[in-house]
Amino acid sequence: MISGTWAALYIFMLAAFTGYEVISRVPVVLHTPLMSGSNFIHGIVLVGAMVVLGHAETTPELVIGFIGVLLAAANAAGGYAVTERMLEMFERKPKEG
Amino acid sequence: METFIQLVYFVTAFLFILGLKQMSHPATAKRGIVWAGYAMLAATIATFAWPGLSNFFLIILGILVGGGAAWVIAKKVAMTDMPQMVAIYNGMGGGAAGAIAAVELLRHSASQGEMTTGLLVLALLGGLIGAVSFSGSMVAFAKLQGLVNSRAVTFPFQQPINMAVLAVSVLFALAYLFGAQGTGVVLWFFVLALLFGVLMTIPIGGGDMPVVISLYNAFTGLAVGFEGFAIGNPAMIIAGTVVGAAGTLLTILMAKAMNRSLYSVLFGAFGAVEQEGG
Repeated sequence: MISGTWAALYIFMLAAFTGYEVISRVPVVLHTPLMSGSNFIHGIVLVGAMVVLGHAETTPELVIGFIGVLLAAANAAGGYAVTERMLEMFERKPKEG
Repeated sequence: METFIQLVYFVTAFLFILGLKQMSHPATAKRGIVWAGYAMLAATIATFAWPGLSNFFLIILGILVGGGAAWVIAKKVAMTDMPQMVAIYNGMGGGAAGAIAAVELLRHSASQGEMTTGLLVLALLGGLIGAVSFSGSMVAFAKLQGLVNSRAVTFPFQQPINMAVLAVSVLFALAYLFGAQGTGVVLWFFVLALLFGVLMTIPIGGGDMPVVISLYNAFTGLAVGFEGFAIGNPAMIIAGTVVGAAGTLLTILMAKAMNRSLYSVLFGAFGAVEQEGG
């Protein structure tokens, strides 16, 4: 998939800049919702946990893998629900926020 | 099939970044989380087609129980309790990254050298950061929820003791890298990392918690990114790294908005003790 350490390093650098730039001019009222939103986004750890559990063979691997999927699913689902509830308060307000 | 999964991951990464961008403006914020939500759903469904996957019952059970419980609780709690909900769900993400690291390390030990040294370093680093984020976020949750006293907890030689715990955890990681790959080494590595997360969070008072939660949010993002490199999952690499960087910036902005420096948030309680004494 990713061939070579250099490709990985470039991806890391570009993704880090992207994250920095994307939120560099955020208003103070959105600090907490944005923290919650980015909390949801790292819930993508679920796909990794699924693959790890899906390839688990021994009992310790199965147990830890299952805990991983359990926690990751809670991160994704809970993170979404919390963010959506926070942002609903912004939706009905007029533009100036 | 693998091309299809990678295509879905590509679109997911794109929608995550776009969603984050929209979430940083009041007018488009709601749309941002909805788009990111669809992307997450698509990535999860596509992952079921991953080659050689088994244990489908356990995977689906884990998603339904973990995701279902978190969803119901998140919908029920009072709006004022939202910060600690972010803390606990963020900690769980860190825990999941730690779990991935643990399985990968145990598997590597059992089969003697599946992963290259570089990937092992990333797996260990992600495991360390994820475990610290897990236990630290749980303490933050307990403090905000009122399960424990939210005052700063201090004791003599706190900072040197904390640093020693972290250093020994790192030593176990180094021992693993240099060939001591027993289950005990992996276990102690994680136990000490978890302990450090607790120790790092107890001297921080309730008022500073939002900043600390944001910091752990960045930690989890970074841990997810590193584990993404370790297991070769591009969606995790991009999403994790973006959140790691965005979360770090957000932590600094939040500290600034409260007229606090990040240093005084993390280590401020130590100075406070001296002032009381003198």
